[in-house]
Amino acid sequence: MDVLGWLQRTSVDAPWLLAVIRVLLLVVPILTIVPGLIWWERRLLSWMQDRIGPNRTGTITIPDNFPLASLRGRKIRTFGLLQPIADGVKLFMKEDVTPSSIDRKIYFLAPAIALFPAFALGATLPQASTGFIPGTDILGPFHYLTPVANVDIGLLYVLAISSLGVYGVVLAGYASNNKYSLMGGLRASAQLISYELAMGVSLACVVLATASLRMSDMVVAQEQALWGFVPAVQNWFLFTPFGLVSAAIFLVCVVAETNRAPFDLPEAENELIAGYHTEYSSMKFAVFFMGEYAAMFVFSGVFAAVFLGGYNLMPFNWEYLAATFPAAAGFFKGMAAANYWLGPLGFVAKMAAGITFFIWLRATLPRLRYDQLMTLGWKVLLPLAVANFIVVGIWVICSNERVLGPVGGWVALLVAMGVLAILYMNLAATIKKGAKSMDKRTVKLSDPQAKRSIKLADPGPASEGGQA
Amino acid sequence: MTANQVVFLVLAAIAGLAAVGVVAFGNNPVRAALLLVLNFFVLGFIYFTLGAQLLGISQIMVYAGAIMVLFLFVIMMLQLHQRSPIVEGREGRGVLAWLFGLALAVVVFASVIVPLMSVSGSPIGDEYGTPQSVGRVLFTTYVLPFEIASVLLLIGIVGSILLAKRRL
Repeated sequence: MDVLGWLQRTSVDAPWLLAVIRVLLLVVPILTIVPGLIWWERRLLSWMQDRIGPNRTGTITIPDNFPLASLRGRKIRTFGLLQPIADGVKLFMKEDVTPSSIDRKIYFLAPAIALFPAFALGATLPQASTGFIPGTDILGPFHYLTPVANVDIGLLYVLAISSLGVYGVVLAGYASNNKYSLMGGLRASAQLISYELAMGVSLACVVLATASLRMSDMVVAQEQALWGFVPAVQNWFLFTPFGLVSAAIFLVCVVAETNRAPFDLPEAENELIAGYHTEYSSMKFAVFFMGEYAAMFVFSGVFAAVFLGGYNLMPFNWEYLAATFPAAAGFFKGMAAANYWLGPLGFVAKMAAGITFFIWLRATLPRLRYDQLMTLGWKVLLPLAVANFIVVGIWVICSNERVLGPVGGWVALLVAMGVLAILYMNLAATIKKGAKSMDKRTVKLSDPQAKRSIKLADPGPASEGGQA
Repeated sequence: MTANQVVFLVLAAIAGLAAVGVVAFGNNPVRAALLLVLNFFVLGFIYFTLGAQLLGISQIMVYAGAIMVLFLFVIMMLQLHQRSPIVEGREGRGVLAWLFGLALAVVVFASVIVPLMSVSGSPIGDEYGTPQSVGRVLFTTYVLPFEIASVLLLIGIVGSILLAKRRL
């Protein structure tokens, strides 16, 4: 409680000190967890690919002259957990090669620009409940400590900062004065612009449902009764039909925004050597690496906050359960308190789950082709997100108590989804038919010198013949 | 000098220097564009200090984020390392340029900065620039201009697709 008193006093006397503490509480965990993430990715990936992975670094064998005879020759295993540190040391020690004809200032600035959005992105994420301690009406310590800035524009901030993420990559590609790097940078810019739109619209659906852009409001909205009529369970947006669609779109867009496999075209090593960071070695490469993992981690946090109920450990309304089942009220009250005090851990666990999903995707899916990437972004995700937006709008109107109420709202939503799906299938069939008739056309090329026309037949009906 | 003034002066200095840099780096379009991004970005922060949250974040998202990416795209398609073959001759235009520039500076100073000298503090409340208040005004008082602007944008999008695509 003394801590709480100090926080209350400081929030009045020296708000800048609290701001600094909040920033540290965001950045330091990211910086410490990222090496662990790299280890986790390498180990998990190797298990998925039936390998062992880095499991040796950090194994200490106790020497034969150790005072305790029983311990001599024993090994202390750390499962390779020190591998990221060894990687870091390796990157420090490597020769730092700087190509000669580069744009020097931009070349050195690019890694820093790439790292900045990855860390700044988390500034509006509530890592723990910003409200009252359960059972009391005191604002808990997390109220003073969690989102760096609990602003009204929380989600817009995420979109704005993530849109700056492209600069590091594009500038690195440009400044390296290497054609492969430039290709990587241009691919990255095209990819990020394309997927930003679908991401924005998918998040807009959630904004429409919660009627707020503030991240903490978004988590509070997910603590309401599930679907409006199951009060024991929390209404995590992943459990709602529109939220599920939004979450899927958002997840795909996040993978594309962080340049992760299967969307790692900007750094495709077999096409572009390593894309935009070909010319970066030693620590400058490490900074790009760090930025990518930090961005992955923080985007997982955004996903957790917007779709997975934020800092809530389990999707149950413990206070409601305690009121409904007085026999087990003590247990439920205890769970409510655990839910409050262990909130940050729950949030980190959800972020880790997101990262695991990223790694799983990388192990499962092959890299997309460029046209597949563009088709997925513009022709699948964006229309789907816009359709979802319309559906959410219908749901918001219909689920109002004065119109149809929560149950009627969901019926309306399902009807709207069905109508849109049927419309889409009809439209797709029509477009497909049109495309086929286009393919059947023959193209006449005339060569003015030979004064004869060459008939080119597309691979179509055999009767046309391919003799020309 | 209050803390607010220090913050404003720092931001304004960065924005101003970046704006000068856009012109000064005329022979290196990428650097000029980068400084323009910096200028837009810092301008967003100045909007934040004025309480216009939505405007500031829109500034960063629309200008610093989206348009500049396209701008960089265009710049990179140019041949950057070739100097312009046309060299400007010295025909006394430099003097005229200085004269007109100074005249413009005086006009701007007289019409913008002098009235602002007496302004101290912000007369608006904290709620002024929040998404809620902007949205409420946008969809009630100014709903017609808003809808006209959005239809205009839609026409722009459709038109660009029509122009860019040979086969619809």
